[in-house]
Amino acid sequence: MNLYEIKELLEAEVIVGEDKLDMEVKTAFMADLMSDVLAFATAGSLLITGLANAQVLRTADVMDISAVIMGRGKMPSPEAVQLARELNIPVLTTKFILFEVAGRLYLKGVKGCIEKVGSK
Amino acid sequence: MYEGCFIVAGGNFDKAGEVSGSIKTILKQMRLPVDVIRKVALVTYESEINIVSYARKGMIRLHVVTGSIMIEAIDEGPGIPDIELAMQPGYSTASPRVREMGFGAGMGLCNIRSFSDTFKISSEVGRGTYLKMIIKTIADPLDN
Repeated sequence: MNLYEIKELLEAEVIVGEDKLDMEVKTAFMADLMSDVLAFATAGSLLITGLANAQVLRTADVMDISAVIMGRGKMPSPEAVQLARELNIPVLTTKFILFEVAGRLYLKGVKGCIEKVGSK
Repeated sequence: MYEGCFIVAGGNFDKAGEVSGSIKTILKQMRLPVDVIRKVALVTYESEINIVSYARKGMIRLHVVTGSIMIEAIDEGPGIPDIELAMQPGYSTASPRVREMGFGAGMGLCNIRSFSDTFKISSEVGRGTYLKMIIKTIADPLDN
């Protein structure tokens, strides 16, 4: 799926990265705990989260995350938006709860970046 | 090949991650392997979050030599009374502020250890904590 398709699927608003919507995404990781993102996310994956602060973008940058989806109606803080622009990481927001975000993406073929912990 | 020292201000949550970002940029310019850069960025970032979260001030030193990268995170802070306990996954003394950022779940030191090829920690209560991480930049033929 590309980001444009994801945007449509999730009725999402593109906060940063309007110019990168043709980016293809195959895998995703979902967490509100940034330490878990650091432990388990893989490069190029989508990050789905309910957090909306600048640390989400810092974490995404460290892990080479392709794009961030903020679910359950969370809007990124001004600092987060600025950092996303600086780091050139697309940020989409959606009103869907995280379970719905994950389910909808999974049905369209996006898979977890790992299936289980310890399987990296 | 490269040596640098970066100051991290304790309690400055808005800036947390800036040092890791700078280090990542430096390593990219040195054209090191992507997976090496990620590991270094990760251990640096977790260390930086720890300094910001707990210490008064600290610094992160980066030494890049042929074959490996050494990162030292040195802080002036409360120190860790029981290192063994602090290393246990899930053990945390983080403030609500730290948790709001998505950290403080007691995974930081575990992550640092698991992504480092060599990891050393020492701490003195009331003085501070010292972390030393080494990440190999050339794969050991005996690995895998």
